[in-house]
Amino acid sequence: MSDHHDTESNHLPASVEEPIANPGLPAHKPRPTDVDVKAERRAERQVAAFFVLSMICAVLFCVAYFTLDIKDETDTFIGLGASNVALGATLGLALMFIGIGVIHWARKLMGDVEIFEMRHPAASSPEDREETLAQLSAGLEESGIARRPLIRNTMLGAMGMLGLPLIVGLRDLGTLPGKKLESTVWAKGTRIVRDVTGTPVKPSQLEVGDLMNAQPEGLVTLHHEEDVAEGEARGVEYLEGVDLQVAKSKAAVILLRMEPKDLTFSERSPQNWQVDGIVAYSKICTHVGCPISLNEQQSHHLLCPCHQSTFDLADGGRVVFGPAARPLPQLPLRVENGYLVAQSDFREPVGPSYWERDSK
Amino acid sequence: MSTSANVGGSVASTNGKSPASAKKTGRGAKVVGWADERLGLATAAKKNLRKVFPDHWSFMLGEIALWSFVVLLITGVFLTFWFKPSMVEVQYFGSYAELNGMHMSEAFASTLDISFDVRGGLMVRQMHHWAAMLFIAAMLVHMMRVFLTGAFRKPREVNWIIGGVLILLGIVEGFAGYSLPDDLLSGTGMRIADGLVKATPVVGTYMSFFMFGGEFPGDDIIPRLYMAHILLIPGLILALIAAHMLLLVYHKHTQWPGPGRTEENVVGFPMLPVYMAKAGGFFFIVFGMCALMGGLLTINPVWKYGPYDPSKVTAGSQPDWYMGIAEGLLRIMPGWETHLWGHTLSWNIFLPGQILPVALLVTVLAWPFLEAWVTGDKREHHLLQRPRNAPGRTAFLSAMITLYGLLWAAGGNDVLAVLFHLNLNHITYFMRGAVFVIPVIVFIFTKRWCISLQRHDNEKLLHGYETGIIMRSAEGGYTERHLPISADSAYTLTARDRDQVFVPGSGVDANGVASKDGKLDGVRGKLSTALFADNMQKPTAQELEEAHHHADDEHAHEIEAGLDHSADGHQFDGRHPVDGEALRGDH
Repeated sequence: MSDHHDTESNHLPASVEEPIANPGLPAHKPRPTDVDVKAERRAERQVAAFFVLSMICAVLFCVAYFTLDIKDETDTFIGLGASNVALGATLGLALMFIGIGVIHWARKLMGDVEIFEMRHPAASSPEDREETLAQLSAGLEESGIARRPLIRNTMLGAMGMLGLPLIVGLRDLGTLPGKKLESTVWAKGTRIVRDVTGTPVKPSQLEVGDLMNAQPEGLVTLHHEEDVAEGEARGVEYLEGVDLQVAKSKAAVILLRMEPKDLTFSERSPQNWQVDGIVAYSKICTHVGCPISLNEQQSHHLLCPCHQSTFDLADGGRVVFGPAARPLPQLPLRVENGYLVAQSDFREPVGPSYWERDSK
Repeated sequence: MSTSANVGGSVASTNGKSPASAKKTGRGAKVVGWADERLGLATAAKKNLRKVFPDHWSFMLGEIALWSFVVLLITGVFLTFWFKPSMVEVQYFGSYAELNGMHMSEAFASTLDISFDVRGGLMVRQMHHWAAMLFIAAMLVHMMRVFLTGAFRKPREVNWIIGGVLILLGIVEGFAGYSLPDDLLSGTGMRIADGLVKATPVVGTYMSFFMFGGEFPGDDIIPRLYMAHILLIPGLILALIAAHMLLLVYHKHTQWPGPGRTEENVVGFPMLPVYMAKAGGFFFIVFGMCALMGGLLTINPVWKYGPYDPSKVTAGSQPDWYMGIAEGLLRIMPGWETHLWGHTLSWNIFLPGQILPVALLVTVLAWPFLEAWVTGDKREHHLLQRPRNAPGRTAFLSAMITLYGLLWAAGGNDVLAVLFHLNLNHITYFMRGAVFVIPVIVFIFTKRWCISLQRHDNEKLLHGYETGIIMRSAEGGYTERHLPISADSAYTLTARDRDQVFVPGSGVDANGVASKDGKLDGVRGKLSTALFADNMQKPTAQELEEAHHHADDEHAHEIEAGLDHSADGHQFDGRHPVDGEALRGDH
């Protein structure tokens, strides 16, 4: 093969010579299958054997599909469902054997002589480029776009204005934010209920050090008709579906009882917001909004499991560590008819920061 | 130039030199004729059926990405038959007893149905998830290959950018996909995404409300993500893959330098039959591998997480691995926020969540243009460079990989703390400094490492390779015998360009062409010095000549001595023909 060209001279400054000349393509070395008929036949049989194995696996797939039950059998076989394991293994092997067979065929029996092609520069030839430019200017000239600025400018204007319908048409993607992010369903006198059972909480039910996940009454689905009727008689609205999800994503709180002497009171966490050392804080992290759940009992620190922002619930929800920038909002508490209730909604928006938020 | 002249003689004889039956060929020609009369494809096919592709294992990485995307399309279609992209609240009464009677979205319930009531459904769901991870991982590794070998250089810069956009789209597509089941973990992910969007200055809340159809979580996000996941993004990915492949065919594949391989040719095997078989066979391997993983390796067991509840979260919540760097950035960012005229700007979310991940990708994507500007190189490049021969570039990517790895680790700081009994806060403080310091150390270290490898290559060229044979001289000194490397290896080692350091004000660019002084020449000169000044250049012809002459003169007897009877076993060092050689135990 005489493919060696003195290509470098086209690219390099003439002053830099190449220390070693390109020796050209090495001669082809025959494989055993090229020269040994026995090896060739063996390879042929091997390729066919792979294809036969694939067929067997495909049949086994069908057998497994119809004989193995799925349903709740999720851990029959090394913690996995038998059907899943069998289907995956048979399908996987059926595919793999085809692949292995074809590649084996290519490596052992198909031609393995390296051939070559010449490259062409990515650019078109100068003549082509000139002709294109000539045609382009001829076309533009005939359109008169350069000579008629009135048409050109109004056309550009019209196309630009089309952007408006495009943008305006997306208006109904969602409602406008308004003041929605600034309030939650908590209101004066809303009862605090346990997250799972929905039962109201008496201060005496919390020991010092106890942490409780809680919701406003109405956000926990009750299982007994009479409980719902009793709540509705007191004016509680029980939410469902999307409304429930939206309300929950802002209203979830955490109750923690500490020794009253451990609490630090301040302007943002006044003494009259707690009841016998019980404080309630928003459960929604002020960083990006994960529900906070991990409590360090000794230090009254609460850790967000998503990005590890840590808040001190004994000190107004202050950020003690992590990427959060602002303290957890506190829910003012008092006791009504023996149960813990909210004095009002949160005094500041809960959850992550946003542009319109006006609070430190 | 004929490309098929030599093929006939070397194909296995069973393939036959003549068609198996004349009648069959006649039918084939008829079909081709019928199609060509209507479609006229023969002109294009003639050039491409036997198109030459060079062979190297690293060229397979992009292929993995391509085939895993095909697997994603196939398994994805299967999943759409049963998945219901709806956030309507339903009560679950399916085969999975532990969640029986629970209220959940229809999306989550149908995911449970696919997992427990559709035969093969769980396998295909898991195949789909594994293939998605493979897709993104293969794209990233393929990108590293292209970067480290300089395959992005002219004329392939556009394809480099297309590839970068594909990675970004792949990550977004993956995030949209794993959010669809509406389980507790992915719902938490959506909530974090909502937090990131809300942190956008000025329009953040509006973007959030328009995304979710109102206040988070609403009931629109799953159907909208579904549309994006099965139509919009895959459509874009498909179009960009098509463009990527067309450009690959047009430019022809890069190749490693070697005997007979030049900037002007491409040496390898023809598409038909060798690459058709190898690449086609490889599709089945990738597909089969995904099926095996889908059957044998559990991934994203959403039934264990349960349906999404905005007031709940699982400990150790982590996104899929490819979101890891954004997660790490979010975790180590200090809590900075600015309050201005009644407004809040959350640097602690906006920077790590939106700006920095994109900035990192853009930095890597911009490198080819930076490098081309610094070198002033306007030539086309089709021969690949070994990573060691571009020390600055290799060091840069090593630093970026290090940064990626550190952010990844930072994204799992809670897991690391538990695993190694470390203090979570200390890990975070460490990472805050490490992301600035360690990549710089790695840059310097890698650059020096590359340069010493270059030095080693020059040693081999000038003084030969180390035989491992220790010679004792008459004076009692010991030396290791060096022997010249083969002509082919020597050529391959020298088949690279000499680096030119740009000197501002010299008025001459890297190609020796006169150039005007630019405003940024000072910066360009500094960058050029930093990237190229320390590199080892290949020896000149004169240096080679002198070295060999020197060796001939001084050590001729040493080199010759014992060559006919080298230390036993050393004749099998893989550098000499050993036909008829045997161990010379009798010597």
